[in-house]
Amino acid sequence: MAKVALVEALTMAMAYEMKHDPSVVVMGEDVGKNGGVFRATLGLQDTFGPERVIDTPLAEALIAGVAIGMAAMGLKPVAEIQFSGFIYPCVDEIINHAGRLRSRTRGRLSVPMVLRAPSGGGIHAPEHHSESNEAMFAHMPGIRVVMPSSPQRAYGLLLAAIRDPDPVVFLEPTRLYRLNKQEVADDGEALPLDTCFVLREGTDVTLVTWGAMVVESLAAAAELEKEGVSVEVIDLATVSPIDEQTVLESVEKTGRCVIVQEAPISGGVGSEVAALVAEKALYSLESPIVRVAGWDTPMPLFKLEHDYMPSTARVAAGIRKAMEG
Amino acid sequence: MRTTAAKFEIPYTQYLDPNGKPNGPLPAFAKDPKVLVGMYKWMAQVRVFDTKAIALQRTGQLGTYASCLGHEATHVGIGAAMLREDAFFPMYREYGVQFQRGVHMHEVLLFWGGDERGNCFKDAPAHDFAWCVPIATQFHHAAGAATAFKYRKEKRVAVTVIGDGGTSQGDFYEAMNCAGAWKLPAVFITCNNKWAISVPLSAQTSCETLAQKGIAAGIHSEQVDGNDIVAMRDVMDKALARARNGEGATFIEALTYRLSDHTTADDARRYRDAAEVEDAKTKEPMIRTRKYLESIGAWDAKQEEAWLAECAAKVDAEVLVYKAAGKPPVASMFDHMFANLPERLARQRDECVANEEHH
Repeated sequence: MAKVALVEALTMAMAYEMKHDPSVVVMGEDVGKNGGVFRATLGLQDTFGPERVIDTPLAEALIAGVAIGMAAMGLKPVAEIQFSGFIYPCVDEIINHAGRLRSRTRGRLSVPMVLRAPSGGGIHAPEHHSESNEAMFAHMPGIRVVMPSSPQRAYGLLLAAIRDPDPVVFLEPTRLYRLNKQEVADDGEALPLDTCFVLREGTDVTLVTWGAMVVESLAAAAELEKEGVSVEVIDLATVSPIDEQTVLESVEKTGRCVIVQEAPISGGVGSEVAALVAEKALYSLESPIVRVAGWDTPMPLFKLEHDYMPSTARVAAGIRKAMEG
Repeated sequence: MRTTAAKFEIPYTQYLDPNGKPNGPLPAFAKDPKVLVGMYKWMAQVRVFDTKAIALQRTGQLGTYASCLGHEATHVGIGAAMLREDAFFPMYREYGVQFQRGVHMHEVLLFWGGDERGNCFKDAPAHDFAWCVPIATQFHHAAGAATAFKYRKEKRVAVTVIGDGGTSQGDFYEAMNCAGAWKLPAVFITCNNKWAISVPLSAQTSCETLAQKGIAAGIHSEQVDGNDIVAMRDVMDKALARARNGEGATFIEALTYRLSDHTTADDARRYRDAAEVEDAKTKEPMIRTRKYLESIGAWDAKQEEAWLAECAAKVDAEVLVYKAAGKPPVASMFDHMFANLPERLARQRDECVANEEHH
């Protein structure tokens, strides 16, 4: 089995689904001949033609809105937004239409689309290319927000997102696109949405994270193991709606909870996880919930990006704090 | 040296002047009085409905309502030209299109009466979009639908409507530009009624016409007297044929006038000259259509009276259906959100239903 990077796993998933479902089309800026600026759609236009791998005009609201119209008429568009900071013009379409159409027409129309976009920092990119904006979408009713954190999960979750009959915002950690390779079977097997993944079992403390922060979280868990602390690491994966059960059962088992996110700390997905644990597992807690997150500042230009993003050391310190508390 | 890089012109079509006098030979379809009478009947039906809807709002029996007074020819012309398999992407006052496509009057009333069951469109094409209040986003949806039709090689057309204010939106241009680049089977129409709530057209743009904005998108663009049902139908027929034949999209500027307030929540007297409205009333679409039909012996006062009575009875029956609808089940807020309701929402649904039972 070939070892592939996360970005290649995404390409594999799109190619698999396009091969098996003629209603799947890929669209976005530079996704055709160029294969996308991160090469996520590399080779797809050669295989499936320009009718199915469509270079759109340079207009993000258009990409989202056209995908909605296509989806409502029976296609399954997989639309790419080029960089994370360019996704904001899509918000009108996603919140006012993608998330509402099924509900407001009582199921008469639906929007089986995927909006793919890079997410997060750490690759020395220019301004407006490194934002973590999952919380913005997580607040919107009627859509799912999914963030893969490994090549295998990228493959399985993107297949699930394309097959899902409702809109999915699929945020891909840019930093992980080519960080590690992993064996991925191109077998068309999807992974479940609305479900967390326990990446590492542990008994002393639960660490909830998602996206690129999975890397620092697993590294910190390995470090803490040497100090005799057993950390259970949960990848939220579907950051909205949250799989409450997996998180709560883990916290009930360990009695401690650390939440790690790259996005600004206030009003984030981590705030929702913290609220969930406080509401439903407070009496299991032996120490206060600890959050390790990005600061409430704009994402800095890249000289300071590693001072912005939680490091392994910060995550490890967060775990120690939870153990001491 | 400076030369001319490109030259453009905007055609304008009018067949019937405001007094119902033809200013030239009429198009072939208009030779059959039955076709014109049929469209006139829809226009009258829409106006009777509109009058009733405003009365319902004024007496506390309906929420805020967007009147279509004065737009009857534009809307009925669009609806009469479309086929059932075409898809319509409305803004929020195109009842004259929708009734012809099978949307029930009680569904319109349900929507403005705060009930999402109005979007069910029980007998209209299931693929027609619901009302679109965020201005100009419907242009994107129409472009997307047209992309799907073209992809599947279907001879279907996506048709959408926007106001004159909406042509100031970026989405308006983005969608038409895309339709030009992809040669999409779409018809984009701006219903230029001169007012975007309180802002007159002169404050929206310095363009001589709105139609010329379509030229910047690279699509066939023209202007039509939107108060002339013959012209409106003719221009629509041609635009739809062009789209069906693979010749790409059209942008139509239909010139009309908003004789009503923006919605029932608005009072246009605050910002609009009474004289302007009085002048517009002399050019409105019903008068000239009726005069023309009378001049060719296809319509008379007796038929008018009988038809208006029939319309009123139909509207009254639909109002009864609307009033009998009651409140939708609270669980319906959740039941149609996702094909597969996530666990978290299923719990909220239960809590919401239980809460209703307690009050």
